[in-house]
Amino acid sequence: MEVISKPVPQDVELSRPYWQAAARGELVLQRCSDCGKIRHYPRLLCDACHSRRSDFVPASGQGKVHSWTITHHVFHKAFAAEVPYALVTVDLAEGVRVLGRWDGGELSIGVPVQAYFNLTQSTPELRFRLA
Amino acid sequence: MSISLRDQACVSGIGETIYMRGSSSSAFELQIESSLSAIADAGLSPKDIDGIIPIGIVSGTADDFIENFGMPDLRFSALIPHGGASPVMALQCAAAAVATGACNHVLITFGRNVTGVSNNRAGARIHGMPQFHYVTEFEYPIGAAAPAQLYAPMARRHMELYGTTSDHFAEVAIACREHALLNDNAIMKKPITLEDHRNSRMISDPFRLLDCSLESDGGAAIVVSSAERAADLRQKKVYISGVAEGHPDMPGSITQRPDMTSLGIAKAARRAFEMAQVSHADVDLVELYDCFTYVVIRQLEDLGFCKKGEGGPFIEGGRLRLGGELPCNTHGGLLSQAHVWGLNHVVELVRQLRGQAGRAQVRDARVGLVTGYGDMGDGAVAILRN
Repeated sequence: MEVISKPVPQDVELSRPYWQAAARGELVLQRCSDCGKIRHYPRLLCDACHSRRSDFVPASGQGKVHSWTITHHVFHKAFAAEVPYALVTVDLAEGVRVLGRWDGGELSIGVPVQAYFNLTQSTPELRFRLA
Repeated sequence: MSISLRDQACVSGIGETIYMRGSSSSAFELQIESSLSAIADAGLSPKDIDGIIPIGIVSGTADDFIENFGMPDLRFSALIPHGGASPVMALQCAAAAVATGACNHVLITFGRNVTGVSNNRAGARIHGMPQFHYVTEFEYPIGAAAPAQLYAPMARRHMELYGTTSDHFAEVAIACREHALLNDNAIMKKPITLEDHRNSRMISDPFRLLDCSLESDGGAAIVVSSAERAADLRQKKVYISGVAEGHPDMPGSITQRPDMTSLGIAKAARRAFEMAQVSHADVDLVELYDCFTYVVIRQLEDLGFCKKGEGGPFIEGGRLRLGGELPCNTHGGLLSQAHVWGLNHVVELVRQLRGQAGRAQVRDARVGLVTGYGDMGDGAVAILRN
């Protein structure tokens, strides 16, 4: 039987520190080395001060549910065994937003959640559970 | 010195292919067919075209048109890479080009084949596009593959904050379907009811099958000419009275949008109405980009037809249906006619303002509004009048 793999992100220099940390199960976020503003997804310039200098700092992983969707249709065959699954949009305590998979339980806006990485997949999978 | 684009340009020609699924023609063949039809509709020859805006990079380039049309002197070309917002953004670009004399007649043209020659569905397609690189890197690997999944959290948040319901979404789907049934060139041929919507398969909650637009093959094209030159052409003049584009903050992914229920169109709407010098009450009909039902409700808010959060109740009572106060998507829209990135919305509005809309004609239509919406939130608005 043909095995269909999940999509794997291309190696992008700008976000390499994020994925390297994720592979160790750690959530890090890009921070402007000049004005300190945290930004996500990783990008070249700080949109506040336009500095190119940045580093990556550990995130608490604490957040609150902003919104979500529960996917029933198989858009990609590698996810066929997982439907239905929930994707949750989370406001992290650090002031940026992320999209992750949801472990289950009733969703509503503002529910406190905790991030972790599932490392059993080809790509570290950002997931959330009830905090 | 600045000049207003108000009424400086007209849509002088419109053309469409038959819309279908499983077409054996390539995207470029479909694009050429609709282009020739739009040029003939205007009463022009392909050699008269001296400006071109191909929509997207999914079919022919400007060079392809020079070569096939034997264009002697293409003086203006542009590429607008904002998905479904591109056709209406192109109206602004073309109006500016003809108003300043950069060229006389701009062809705006689109063709696609996603179900026939190339079976390339949206869930696979978008990840090759540069504007989706963040989605492709951070969201695709965890299972967020398709637009339905990416838009669904916007709709869900709107429902949670404002009480918008799936039955509101259904009303949009039903209105579009009713209109499609009056249009011989619409793909969907069967009526639908509220029960059909409630029973339709869940795709990505809250979107059911009947909340999602069609995947279809076809071509559409229009010609934009200066108002002065349009006076000598074949058709009744349809003026571009107001036109503007707008982009959401953090456009690259809906996840990162500061207010995920706000669209770029909110920034554009005020500019377009100001330019056209009309009020909302003057608008006789709207053709709103409808990749998903929810997006129509949300745009009505951002366009200022109702307050934020009130889009659901606003459309109750058949307001968007023919005979209602604000007929919407009189051709059937992307939901029930065909998906050609909304260039079909522009074609339909022009048809309405010429009085050529057949069984779906809005009586005495004088002023209409059309939107484009693409790449998860980029937007454009045009107000046309006859």
